[in-house]
Amino acid sequence: MQKVAILGAGLTKFSRRAKETGKELAFYAAKMALEEAGLEIDDIDAVVCVSAPDAFDGVHMKGEYLSDGCGASKKPFMRSYVGGGSGVFGIINGWYHVASGTFNTCLVVAEEKMSSSMPHPQGIFNAIYDQFLERPLGVNLLWIFSLEMQRYMAVHKIPLELIALVAVKNKKNAIDHPCAQEGIPGNYTVEEILNSEIMCWPVTRLMVSPVTDGAAAVVLASYDFAKKFGKENIWIEGVGWCLDTSYWTNRDLYYPRYVEYAARMAYEMAGIKDPRKEIHVVEPYDPFAYKELHHLEGLLLADKGEAPRLLEKGFWDRDTLNGIPSSPSGGLLGVGNPIAAAGLMKVIEIYWQLKGKAGKRQVKREIRRGLAQAWGDLMQVGTVVILGK
Amino acid sequence: MEFKGTPLKDKDIKEKKVFYVDWHVKANYAWDCGIALSYFFEGLKNGKIYGRSCPKCKRITLPPRMFCELCFHPTDKWVLLKDTGRINTFSVSYLNWDASRREKPQVPAVIEIDGASEGMGILHLIAHPEKIEWENLDEVLKYIKVGTKVKAVWKDEKEREGKITDIKYFIPIKEEK
Amino acid sequence: MKERVAIIGIGYTQLRPISPEVSFREMIYEAALKAYNDAGIEPKDVDTFVAISEDYYEGTAIFDEYVPDQLGAVLKPVHTITQDGITALAACCMQIKTGIFKIAVLEGHSKASNILYPSHIDAFALDPILVRPLGFNPVFLAGLEMQRFLIETGNTEYHTSLVVLKNKRNALKNPIAAYPANLSIEDVLSSNPVSFPLKELDISKKADGAFVIILAKESIAKKLVDKPVYIEGIGWLQETPNIEKRDLVNAIYLQGAANMAYKEAGIKNPLEIDFAEIDDTFSYKELQHIEALGIARPGESGIMLEEGYFDPEGAIPINISGGSLGCGNLHDANSLRGIVEAVLQLRNEAGERQIENAEIGLVASWRGIPTASGGVVILSNRE
Repeated sequence: MQKVAILGAGLTKFSRRAKETGKELAFYAAKMALEEAGLEIDDIDAVVCVSAPDAFDGVHMKGEYLSDGCGASKKPFMRSYVGGGSGVFGIINGWYHVASGTFNTCLVVAEEKMSSSMPHPQGIFNAIYDQFLERPLGVNLLWIFSLEMQRYMAVHKIPLELIALVAVKNKKNAIDHPCAQEGIPGNYTVEEILNSEIMCWPVTRLMVSPVTDGAAAVVLASYDFAKKFGKENIWIEGVGWCLDTSYWTNRDLYYPRYVEYAARMAYEMAGIKDPRKEIHVVEPYDPFAYKELHHLEGLLLADKGEAPRLLEKGFWDRDTLNGIPSSPSGGLLGVGNPIAAAGLMKVIEIYWQLKGKAGKRQVKREIRRGLAQAWGDLMQVGTVVILGK
Repeated sequence: MEFKGTPLKDKDIKEKKVFYVDWHVKANYAWDCGIALSYFFEGLKNGKIYGRSCPKCKRITLPPRMFCELCFHPTDKWVLLKDTGRINTFSVSYLNWDASRREKPQVPAVIEIDGASEGMGILHLIAHPEKIEWENLDEVLKYIKVGTKVKAVWKDEKEREGKITDIKYFIPIKEEK
Repeated sequence: MKERVAIIGIGYTQLRPISPEVSFREMIYEAALKAYNDAGIEPKDVDTFVAISEDYYEGTAIFDEYVPDQLGAVLKPVHTITQDGITALAACCMQIKTGIFKIAVLEGHSKASNILYPSHIDAFALDPILVRPLGFNPVFLAGLEMQRFLIETGNTEYHTSLVVLKNKRNALKNPIAAYPANLSIEDVLSSNPVSFPLKELDISKKADGAFVIILAKESIAKKLVDKPVYIEGIGWLQETPNIEKRDLVNAIYLQGAANMAYKEAGIKNPLEIDFAEIDDTFSYKELQHIEALGIARPGESGIMLEEGYFDPEGAIPINISGGSLGCGNLHDANSLRGIVEAVLQLRNEAGERQIENAEIGLVASWRGIPTASGGVVILSNRE
């Protein structure tokens, strides 16, 4: 198996509504990644695109539509799709293009243009549910998150204040992210989070990530190719992914076992026996405040029900010296949630942290290995990537 | 590092300061229910909830399915279940499916139906036991918590169509000691 | 990894215009059960699963959610590739070649009968700013391309009609085909005009069905089954989504994919292959693809077809299964139908359709309107 390195990363500004088309956003991100890697599009052997539901951009077979913006003209191109987990899955898809020995370089582009769907992209999420048993009930996306959050809180007896703390932490971290969506980062108090508009109790407005347009891209290369550059490379040390059953009403939602299975696959590949000691920085997927805690437990970085108590103690803070900084970027709650691009943004954050290029967001403790995780579908998919120096 | 992207405001669209094209897609489908769900819906039409049992792992599944997804074995028997159950989790929603705001909340819940295996839940709505409509969040929390026992309220026989909406909603009931 | 990847199991359902008594779950379960039985393994033996689907063909946003249950893939690595079957097959091969995964499962299906306004869905794939607002039925793209192709290559409507005749007649011997028929040239030439020069009988009709294919690395395949079918080479390419910039005469995507596949398989002359299953969503496409694959020189595919080269008894039988014109158009799952036919031929299990001494087969795919994207895979039974 070939070792795979990341040579460059690119990100666009995240905004509620971007003037650029999906193709243009993908181009900006891809160009920036190529520039950092010092490569031209001709040096790229294959392209992978990831993007969440076609309905957002309003184009059927949107992989085809976006392919030229992703630099895929006259190249082997594929789009993979695991709902919200696609951002991190793009890297995994690109990883097996290179690790199999089939290609030397692979460009991974994640794009999302949610603003195209009118009147509000949230309506599209009605169609992710079972058409026979669930859609006729007028189901909306927030139902499933609030049902899961309620279960998580009820089983572990977690107070709402601790969940609100995640939003406080991430929105504060995001003040230092140059791509963050206007109006989203800020210095909030727990009270302000709890008193914001109730959307679907127990979820309030400030506990939810916003709707966003944006794109991200990463250049992957094989060991032989990367060697020529001589600089210190960041390597993909482990990948894992797992999909649970679509019968979500038959599952106990308090614990994301699909994240645990994906994490175990990645830890085994990376040769990690004790994740709490060997993972130094983590970017768990945080579309909702409680999700970060839910995922940290699924990643085996905290015991079940313990993540919120550790949060209170500052264990997941960006400045921590003895804990594991979680979402130093500000995550989806702070930077924005262009679904697929958000997952890739998290991987890119780990990449920049390991390279020491995270500017004001740079974590204080020493780090050699980081993990990024995304989630998607009907509380179903866990995708995990571990990067190391 | 320089990041590209041009944020727009809502009014840029409303005041037509940018060019855009709109389109309404006719994405209509008629999905085949298949064997398992057809029988299930026929049952709902007759005021009954059916599950299906797996001979290998002995689970009684709901929603019913022709094969057990865990042991990959075909399921074998229809099992008549009760129309009562317990709330596994619930929420109080102030939003409609298209993100427009509601004045009075709706209560979606996952309900574990009596007679099916443990943890076999379905998604449905919970209504106020007398008034049907809930006034506000506090009123809901007085009647419902995780574990509350509920019972289905059905449409009149002649109004039932063989759909999940043949059950209008579930209401909390007192436990029998 | 130097070992080849092999196909060790195939499972499929009947292809039909409608399939009202089964849900997509039940239909795919049937194909999966047959595939596992064919390979002699159970779902728990599988390391990774790949499915192909597009949201708007299914009517569900994020169809990936509904993939695992009917494959026995709950709590396993599963993902969806929104491309044609051959590109997804490549995804499976690449995963096995990392050395981490030993057995992979690939699934594709069509429930096209559930789409009430199929041309609206096809139109939804057109560029929303420059093309869709023109308001044409999207099949106009095939008409445009056919017009240009015939003018530049010198092939004629007589030749494209011969494709329809050949494939529908071949389908008469395929028990799973949905639209077999014994037609005459007049039938095709006089069928309703749709988008000149495209006529109704030049267009393959939609059908429902499901396919599951099981792959393993060579050393494991040899232990599990008697007749593994090897993937000698595979390639896939995107030309461009922009219709205005596209080559309307040459299927560049297939030229590129074929180069990649021939190189890996060590094939110097395309005529080394024994048979091929080539996309024929529209009748002219089969000719265009034959030329792109180098099986015929530009402008000569029609003549070779006329002379019987591609007939069942010819030098290189093409679409012996009946192709999409004979079996039905299954969207992205068309190439899986082609791969299954190739496997049956190479295992000597194709019954009435069996080609003598079949050793190397080629399958070529196209994603349909409005794409210029496709793949090529070369399969063999050589040890």
